[in-house]
Amino acid sequence: MSQIIDRRPNSRNKSAVNRRRFLNRFKKQVRKSVNDAISKRSIADFEHGEKINIPSKDINEPTFRHGDGGIRNIILPGNKNYSRGDRIKLPEKDAGEAGSQASDSGEGEDSFSFEISREEFLDIFFDDLALPNLVKKQLAQTTSFTMVRAGFTSDGVPTNLNVVRTFRNALARRISMRSPSESKLKKLERELENIKLTRSNDSTEVKELEEKINKLKSKIKKIPFIDPFDLRYNRRVSQPSLSSKAVVFFLMDVSGSMDEAKKDIAKRFFILLYLFLTRTYQTIDIVFIRHHTSAKEVNEQEFFYSRETGGTVVSSALELMNEAIVSRYPANEWNIYGAQASDGDNWNNDSPHCKEILMNYIMPKVQYFAYIEIMPRHHQSLWEEYEQIKTVFSNFAMQNINTAKDIYPVFRELFKKQHLIETT
Amino acid sequence: MDTETEHKKSKKKHKYISTGSEWTFDILEKYDHAIKEIAKEYRLDTYPNQIEIIAAEQMMDAYSSVGMPLGYSHWSFGKQFLNVEKHYKRGHMGLAYELVINSDPCIAYLMEENTATMQALVLAHACYGHNSFFKGNYLFRAWTNADSIIDYLVFAKNYIAKCEERYGIDKVEEVLDACHAIKNYGVDRYRRPPKLSVSEEAARQTSREEYLQSQVNDLWRTLPSRETKEQAQTTERFPSEPEENILYFFEKNAPLLEPWEREVIRIVRKISQYFYPQMQTKVMNEGWATFWHYTIINTLYERGLVNNAFMVEFLHNHTNVIYQAAFDDPNYSGINPYTLGFGIFQDIRRICENPTEEDRKWFPDLVNTDWISAVDFAMRNYKDESFIAQYLSPKVIRDLKLFAVLSDQDKPDLEITHIHNEESYQDIRDLLSQQYNLSMNEPNIQVYNVDKRGDRSITLRHIQRNNRPLEQKDLQEVMKHLYKLWGFTVKLETVNDQGTVLATYYCPTPEKQTTGVIISDS
Repeated sequence: MSQIIDRRPNSRNKSAVNRRRFLNRFKKQVRKSVNDAISKRSIADFEHGEKINIPSKDINEPTFRHGDGGIRNIILPGNKNYSRGDRIKLPEKDAGEAGSQASDSGEGEDSFSFEISREEFLDIFFDDLALPNLVKKQLAQTTSFTMVRAGFTSDGVPTNLNVVRTFRNALARRISMRSPSESKLKKLERELENIKLTRSNDSTEVKELEEKINKLKSKIKKIPFIDPFDLRYNRRVSQPSLSSKAVVFFLMDVSGSMDEAKKDIAKRFFILLYLFLTRTYQTIDIVFIRHHTSAKEVNEQEFFYSRETGGTVVSSALELMNEAIVSRYPANEWNIYGAQASDGDNWNNDSPHCKEILMNYIMPKVQYFAYIEIMPRHHQSLWEEYEQIKTVFSNFAMQNINTAKDIYPVFRELFKKQHLIETT
Repeated sequence: MDTETEHKKSKKKHKYISTGSEWTFDILEKYDHAIKEIAKEYRLDTYPNQIEIIAAEQMMDAYSSVGMPLGYSHWSFGKQFLNVEKHYKRGHMGLAYELVINSDPCIAYLMEENTATMQALVLAHACYGHNSFFKGNYLFRAWTNADSIIDYLVFAKNYIAKCEERYGIDKVEEVLDACHAIKNYGVDRYRRPPKLSVSEEAARQTSREEYLQSQVNDLWRTLPSRETKEQAQTTERFPSEPEENILYFFEKNAPLLEPWEREVIRIVRKISQYFYPQMQTKVMNEGWATFWHYTIINTLYERGLVNNAFMVEFLHNHTNVIYQAAFDDPNYSGINPYTLGFGIFQDIRRICENPTEEDRKWFPDLVNTDWISAVDFAMRNYKDESFIAQYLSPKVIRDLKLFAVLSDQDKPDLEITHIHNEESYQDIRDLLSQQYNLSMNEPNIQVYNVDKRGDRSITLRHIQRNNRPLEQKDLQEVMKHLYKLWGFTVKLETVNDQGTVLATYYCPTPEKQTTGVIISDS
């Protein structure tokens, strides 16, 4: 007698162990992919995992196999017009390989690609920052989430296929692909009518035109009704259900002395701060302010990737931040955070001025202000001035940073104050 | 309105088991019952069925452990999983509708996403098709023990977990990696392995550890040296006959392995052996299951148990399953075992029932006999290689338009040697049969000699056929794994039919060695 058992309630993560083993074994490669991704990703973009590519040769499981060469008899199906004794030129090796690599999935045969989850991604990200485990957990943990519709994506599970959107895309694509041919077709048809008035039906001009028309017609016919390109899937993202709102100001020196490496460290610092804040606030505004001798509010792209040269006047950025607070983010409505990254260079006479702005205008309004100096050597006037602020305001943190590992102590300060954790 | 009421009437009259695409456990049971009845009439002998409904994620899990319901942990299974998950999530690939395990009771996994029609198809395919094959085919009868495999897998999983606890994950992984590299050489091809019994296995395992170790030590004893001189001249090889089961040889004779490492080798070897019949009967097994789901579902239809909509969906899926892409199709990935196997079994039935002149010449023994006995006999007594050699008919060759290509490294181009015509049927049949001969596809590598009195190096011999060389990229890696297990120099000689050594490979490479003659690589 047959027995039917419903196993669906059983655990679904049998492969988790093996998956973990795999990630551990190829940690180096995975980490490289994650680091590349971090430098490419936007600061606020930490809601999803990441596609990882590993060279196939690294994960190859070798066995004894036959190589090319020798004598082989191969039986193949689907003979079309070969007969006995026919000879076929061997396909050129390079051409054959290139052909097989240009697959529609966009990945070559020489790399193995897969996706890691948001948790796994963050785990690796935190690893570099040397975060204590408790903190890692609290940051990566997802509390209660509500699934929210968030538009459409071009890939997904078949069940999420959005038929209306897909068809709309298909329709638009068909129209747009057809229209040049169609207008040409109309023109040709008109021409044909005109010519037919003067010439006989089997004259060469008529035939040529007819052939052209047929060609166009078959071209139009060949436009696929639906193309993988048209597919749209419903996208749902999970949003944490949290309460109040916050704004965070990222200030960065972009003068010539801030090179790519320093900017990368600054970016990691900003990401971490942002992640901390997402744990607490439902909506977070980010304001990017970059400065050299003058400050400017910019978008993220410009913030990290445009180079400027020239001197440095830090106070310009602080002034701009203060203006923004006054005009847009009143302190009684917003939780305000500030983070500043710099290599410590400042025009000497400007440093006391910076202190004043911070002490008098900014510090009373913000929850927390963190300053990191990415500079292995001695400190300059700005550091000294800021040290005085630290003695007055407990919500001011400053840290000298050489590598990504040094970032975390700044956050330990944050944790000491507990106010971030308690509110979660 | 009229047609609707008519429709309702006809529904009542015909007693369809299901009419929509939704399935329920009740419907599943009814299908199982109906199919079981039909299977009995067709004299299908099966193990009892254990049908398990699982979700997509669970199917992905099952996939990545190569179809074992439970397996030990290893990164390669994780790799498999990630691969499956990627393709599934991006919609590149559907999951199999079922997975079936050669065990008693026969476990079949059915996906919850399947429609009622698909569940019926899958029930017939897996629970009565594959199931009866597992029970009936001589290879499975001789080489696997359906009643104890699950228990053995539990034992293996626990044992390896215990080893990881005791010796560290990395160390165990290293041994497993090495074993996996030569797991195809862990199979007894001719000897019948002793029965697996878990209780004994567990009980014997400790005593075996001690015993094995003592055996190994005896082999490497160096004390008595009186008769060495005479003996050295007439050196006997060890093993005296070449050993094809490399893993077995290592398990018993590798000098430096710990007892637990020998047990791990044994586990990989046993599991490899369990899958060996499946590798040899892919065409037959799938062909048999497809033949029966086709036959059974059609019988359901003839008896009015399923409606036209059901049949349309069924036929749509069935044709997908047996679709054979032509060799020049971008989707071509070898001969579809479903198509070939189904084609041959269908043709056996046709030859029995409606033979042509040609069939009388080719299959005089089949013509006008009982087709059920004929297919049953074929299922029980053959494996892919012999099955094709015996039953591939000219009609199937014509249907698939099979042709033979000769690829010779010494010639600049490929030659078409045979196509589907009168003079070539026999040749195509032979060549295709050879294509399914596992021992022809894998390089023939055996343990040849161990230098017991010298540097303890082990020599493997690759006996070359048709001048086919070994894949060099993998070769060095596999040699490293072998070296890891053996502990002393590993040599691999490629030998031609005449016994001339063509090439020798070493691990570690001879520069680092203090002794040993280097034979030049040809």
